[in-house]
Amino acid sequence: MVSPCIAWTTLLSPLVACAIITLFFLRSKLWSSLTAIAGILVSFVCTLIMFSQIYHGHSAVEFQHSINWINIDALTIVLGVLVNPLAVMMLMVVTGVGSAIFIYSRGYMADDPSMPRFFAYLSLFAFSMIGIVLSNNFIQLFMFWELVGLSSYLLIGFWYAKPSAADAGVKAFMVNRVADFGFLCGILLLWSMSGIGPLRSFNFTDLQTVVPAMDPHMLTIAALLLFCGVVGKSAQVPLHVWLADAMEGPTPVSALIHAATMVAAGIYLLARTFFIFEPLHEALTVIAYVGGITAFMAATLAVVENDIKRILAYSTLSQLGLMVMALGLAGPLQGMYHLTTHAFFKALLFLGAGSVIYGLHHEQNIWKMHGLLKQMPITGFTFLIGTLALAGIFPLSGFWSKDEILALAFEHNKLLYWAASITSGLTAFYMGRLFWVAFWPTGSRRDGQTSSSKHDHPAHESPAIMTVPLIFLAILSVIGGFIGIPHFLYPEAHHPELNMTVAVISSVVALAGIAISFAIYGKRPEYDPLESKLGAVYPVLKNKYYFDALYGWYVDCVQQGFAKLLFWLEETVIVRFGVHGFTGIAKASGNVLRHLQSGLVQFYALVFVFGVVYLFFIMVTRL
Amino acid sequence: MIGLTHYIVLSGILFAIGVTGVMTSRSVLKILISLELLLAASNLSFVAFSRFNGDYTGQLIVFFVILVAAAEVAVGLAIVVLMYRNFSTIQADDLKDLKW
Repeated sequence: MVSPCIAWTTLLSPLVACAIITLFFLRSKLWSSLTAIAGILVSFVCTLIMFSQIYHGHSAVEFQHSINWINIDALTIVLGVLVNPLAVMMLMVVTGVGSAIFIYSRGYMADDPSMPRFFAYLSLFAFSMIGIVLSNNFIQLFMFWELVGLSSYLLIGFWYAKPSAADAGVKAFMVNRVADFGFLCGILLLWSMSGIGPLRSFNFTDLQTVVPAMDPHMLTIAALLLFCGVVGKSAQVPLHVWLADAMEGPTPVSALIHAATMVAAGIYLLARTFFIFEPLHEALTVIAYVGGITAFMAATLAVVENDIKRILAYSTLSQLGLMVMALGLAGPLQGMYHLTTHAFFKALLFLGAGSVIYGLHHEQNIWKMHGLLKQMPITGFTFLIGTLALAGIFPLSGFWSKDEILALAFEHNKLLYWAASITSGLTAFYMGRLFWVAFWPTGSRRDGQTSSSKHDHPAHESPAIMTVPLIFLAILSVIGGFIGIPHFLYPEAHHPELNMTVAVISSVVALAGIAISFAIYGKRPEYDPLESKLGAVYPVLKNKYYFDALYGWYVDCVQQGFAKLLFWLEETVIVRFGVHGFTGIAKASGNVLRHLQSGLVQFYALVFVFGVVYLFFIMVTRL
Repeated sequence: MIGLTHYIVLSGILFAIGVTGVMTSRSVLKILISLELLLAASNLSFVAFSRFNGDYTGQLIVFFVILVAAAEVAVGLAIVVLMYRNFSTIQADDLKDLKW
């Protein structure tokens, strides 16, 4: 039996680490990093204990433990944990990948004077994320959901002196605010439908029993509102705009937040509350198409991007789209499976990119990198593994999980299947492009003109504290397809055999993508040849389908115009007539009445006497 | 035979004299004296009613009034003294500093 203590320890140990760093170690790089790493490792160990107990059947598959928090007669809010295989799997990702990233950050941030602050934020983030995973009710989940948003804001804007980083933090926060408004409405709507009076509940297991009895139309609205939150947090179209800008943060942050965990929170929420969505075909269709569109659009954007981190950011968007699509096709298993493997290789790719950026002294443009495989062999090879896993090459983990999604789409929706297949082809293509341009050592370029000579310092391999996490994640990326993740997640579910048609097609598509990219970029041209080949399409992609411009126009013209109208209304109606009107009345009456203050005592006495006489007169006549 | 009416009329006359004094005199001292007349007038009617109705509450109240009047005179005269020290006058008309 897993004791609730272990679950609570998992949740609270990063928070304790954050508190200790903030209170005692804000000036000590060594102790702050050690505290943070210890905090996340404690969580990881607790997760492993829970994992093994559930895996070996020593514990019930699902248990929860709650503490009463707020009790007002019709409203009960509890803080609680709900542990089941899904949550434990997600915890493994958050704390396992998180530990690797924490250790890596120790190396990556070594030169940064505000490293203690960084580790405090990271611990806060880990706490919030674990909170989302463990929450057993919607209110607690929403609180941690917002905490994740907050810590994400803090970390994206970590280098706040840089205006672009500060702006990116604000942008992420604002976009998520729009989404979370819908999310909160969905939660409250669901709550109001969940019973009468004190029977209403936010608890997942309670809701699970009452959902089948609800009005399907209202439930569809509630489900779509909940999906709003997912669209924001998991960066689906049309709220995807924040994720690419979030790359302004330090690279470990990009790996932890914007690849492995935070954006996965949306997918996890869908899977955790899938009982709400399961019977709603309309809602599921919407979700599937949003996912499909996101997957395809983000993949096309990645093709023309030149910043190594932004390429990875768009690939994250694209993979998240695939996961959302899988959920929309009623496959939480496939979605969560891909989430898990994706966390492995995406964290690996980001940390690899961080290693490159570290080695090249904060150079992120892939056209200024060249032949890094030779100069940074460990980074290069682990990056290659991540690339192949993301492209879905047999037998790496990405192949298995992506194939399950494709097979699911193949069965249910041919249109989405083809969209997803083209997306995987594009994924292979742009990842190939990135690898050939930045890493592939070719002799065709003038030899003295390697990346090392373009900078004052030659590229160098990163220290072991950074490469060891890379190797750890690379191993996970390789074996992720064989360790029985789907079976652990849903032991009772039926596992279809590998669909050979789909597997062959996807492999051919992925290999073709890599081959085409080699044909174009294998010789390492100086500039991107796609620019001229794509013609009119190129500027559209380069401008990210004009989403930012559209939102900019909306804010500038529509919202600002409306604000000006309201300002005018306030100035004229409220201030001029309302506020100034009342003060005017008081002033004018004061002007008239002050003449009564003659200063003559006898006059006052006279008025007083007349007043008394008048009152006396009234009293007498009343009687 | 002197009845209740006589006392009431006398009390009314005293009261009227007091009011006239308060309103017409310019010296603060005179105003204070007139105020005492007002109090005396009301005391007289209290005692008269008490006597003729056989209810001693009225006489009790008169004691309170005398007490308050004594306090009032003490405070009032203190104000007059201070006023004279500060402004060298006890004419009420000369104090117009609080006029707008």
